[in-house]
Amino acid sequence: MLKGSLGLIALTSLFLSGAAMAQEKIKVGVTATLEGTYTVLGEDGIRGHQTALNVLGTKIGDKQLEFVIASTDATPDSAVRAVRKLIEQDKVQILLSPLSGDEGIAVKNFAKTHPELTFINAASGAQETTYVDPAPNFFRFNMDGAQWQVGLGKYAYEEKKYRKIATVGEDYSFIYTQVFGLVLEFCGAGGQVTNRQWVPLGTKDFASVIAALPDDVDAIYLGLGGADAVNFLNQYQQAGGKAHLMGGSIMIDQTILSSKGNAKNALIGTLAASGQADTWEDPGWQKFVKNYQDAFPPNKRFPSPSLLATNYYGSTMALILGLRAVNGDLSDNQSKLKAALAKLEIDAPNGKIKLDSNRQAIGTNFVTEVVDDGKGALFSKVVKVIPNVNQTLGYDPAVFAKIGLPSRTVPECKKY
Amino acid sequence: MSVTHDARVQLRAATTAQGQAARIWPEINHPAAWIVAVILVIMPLIANGFFLIEIFATTMILGTIALSLMFLAGYGGMVSLMQLTIAGFCAYMVAVFGVSANTNISLGWPWWLAVPMALALATLFGTLGGTLAVRTEGIYTIMITLAIGAAFYYFTNQNWAIFGGHTGINTVATPHFWGVNWRSDIPFYYIVLGTAALCYFAVAYISRAPFGLALQGVRDNPRRMAALGFNVNAHRIAAYAVASFIAGLAGVLQVWNYRQISPGSVSVGACIDILIIAVVGGITRPIGPYIGALIFVLLRTFALDFLVKIGLDGNRFRLIIGLGFLAIVFWSSDGVIGLWQRWRQGKRPTTTRPGGGHGHG
Repeated sequence: MLKGSLGLIALTSLFLSGAAMAQEKIKVGVTATLEGTYTVLGEDGIRGHQTALNVLGTKIGDKQLEFVIASTDATPDSAVRAVRKLIEQDKVQILLSPLSGDEGIAVKNFAKTHPELTFINAASGAQETTYVDPAPNFFRFNMDGAQWQVGLGKYAYEEKKYRKIATVGEDYSFIYTQVFGLVLEFCGAGGQVTNRQWVPLGTKDFASVIAALPDDVDAIYLGLGGADAVNFLNQYQQAGGKAHLMGGSIMIDQTILSSKGNAKNALIGTLAASGQADTWEDPGWQKFVKNYQDAFPPNKRFPSPSLLATNYYGSTMALILGLRAVNGDLSDNQSKLKAALAKLEIDAPNGKIKLDSNRQAIGTNFVTEVVDDGKGALFSKVVKVIPNVNQTLGYDPAVFAKIGLPSRTVPECKKY
Repeated sequence: MSVTHDARVQLRAATTAQGQAARIWPEINHPAAWIVAVILVIMPLIANGFFLIEIFATTMILGTIALSLMFLAGYGGMVSLMQLTIAGFCAYMVAVFGVSANTNISLGWPWWLAVPMALALATLFGTLGGTLAVRTEGIYTIMITLAIGAAFYYFTNQNWAIFGGHTGINTVATPHFWGVNWRSDIPFYYIVLGTAALCYFAVAYISRAPFGLALQGVRDNPRRMAALGFNVNAHRIAAYAVASFIAGLAGVLQVWNYRQISPGSVSVGACIDILIIAVVGGITRPIGPYIGALIFVLLRTFALDFLVKIGLDGNRFRLIIGLGFLAIVFWSSDGVIGLWQRWRQGKRPTTTRPGGGHGHG
């Protein structure tokens, strides 16, 4: 009985949604991690997305862009479920998804089952997504985790004179990719990575991790993000930790630097690398920061956009520019849009971005150091800018392929 | 644990009516049951891909997992929180033995070999877990099974050799034979419907068969059953084996549905979702879990849209889900089934025990 009447309700709502489809619209589905460990990252991603819409508008010729947002929790299953809901229920034609590394791998594989649609990666940064068996309809206008670490290892070795480091990271593909980039460069310069600890995503109790941190290293690299990073810092401070720190791209980021409490002060002076630097003087970047700040009241945003906001901004920008290039023409299984995206070069806030043959971004990377602005707010300050970073990190593709895919133990600490 | 307690009270009352009702299939004689059955069969004519798969097929998959919990809790008095874990284990095994994008892990067997293997292993896994759990009762059973579920979740999260870590196993191949892609919407819907119906009738049958009756006897008074010469623990373990097989079937469907499996699907939260589904639907009859699953899936899918539509912050959608469940459990400790029964009771005050005549499940 109940099932039957619900079936009828379902039926009615189907007709309703059918009527809504009649107008000239382009529907875009967006996913973000609005649940779980990475909630703050997802929320700021959506802010970046909205900033882009404020700046670029939602009109493509005479067509209106319409966005539907779905929530995930950084697990691949939640991402596939959300993307399927967007495609099948909301009938979106283009996807702006997903945020997190393993979500990216799952959505890329899912994209192959819908070759007629276009997927633009929102922010995820696992290497495998575009490096191994890429999907022809999946475009990534942000760099991967390894590209975001370019410059860090060398700078730590040459300028900071670090010789031995240990790493603590979340146990999944994006952080593997980040540590991959770090280890490759740091060990290539002659340094040693003595210990790599991996903690599950969503870890709350870091006591055993902190107790196991080695003492005889020059610095400890932290590849954590969201709530995990804040929990780690609180417990690290309570344990009286004093080591030099180095940080990954979502560790040294406004999502952590503007967290409440004073545990984040442990990060002052921390060396990091990322696809952006908060205090970069480039006018394009400054304009983006201003647009972001103007779009939201101060208590509803971070002092400066996080990496996720920047990535969502960049991917939204690529989507709109790509659609404009073909005047919103989605005929022939969106082939014109796909061709336009593949050769699109965007002037993103964090530098120029173009795509390689795997539809993976080639862009600019930043080595940064955390500074206090004197009023208690922390920012990442540029110490080095590295343009034209590609996915093989400047290695010959054949040599790069021999290193293997990022994992807990790959790459080995040696010169390749 | 009030869950089991409620079931017991009602079911014990029902046992007296057992003699006459034992071999009757009351649900089949009810016109509403036929209407539901016909609607389910012609569903592909009225619902599109999204409602067909994301709502109805998902409901039946989750409902089947919850059915295995209903079988254990309702007839055996054992609340097992590891039913989803068993389904997830089976799903992983399909991915490991079958074909997937992760060639380092998957052995590449054809589906007709991989699926029986996965089902056998899942049944074994559930039976072993059950063997541990039957040594305990009540809240301790819940704790042991929850511990198994939690351990499996963290193990899959960290094990890269077999389970593919946090990334899981992607692009799992789905069956394709007789020129039909069985994962395309309509064939898959019928596979799910067929499996769910099979499991439903199997549970309904077992509850009236000697084994099911003995199991209910064990639930109501284990000591007396032991005195009568029944091997109490053997019955309980056998119940776990049956429930594991049912959960395993649902696990196979789940991995085919999403074509991927990763630890998020076997998280502790998801294990508890199954308990919520069973409790909301009602654990006194096999139809309960399916009703609970439908409510759960509808809330999970539409709570966000609903909040945004009425102009509230969509981020609070979990609140709606929680309030919905709270309301159902508050007004009826016996789930939706209990509400329905009470409603019928109100309409026909002459009936002394409306639920009882309908068999004990």
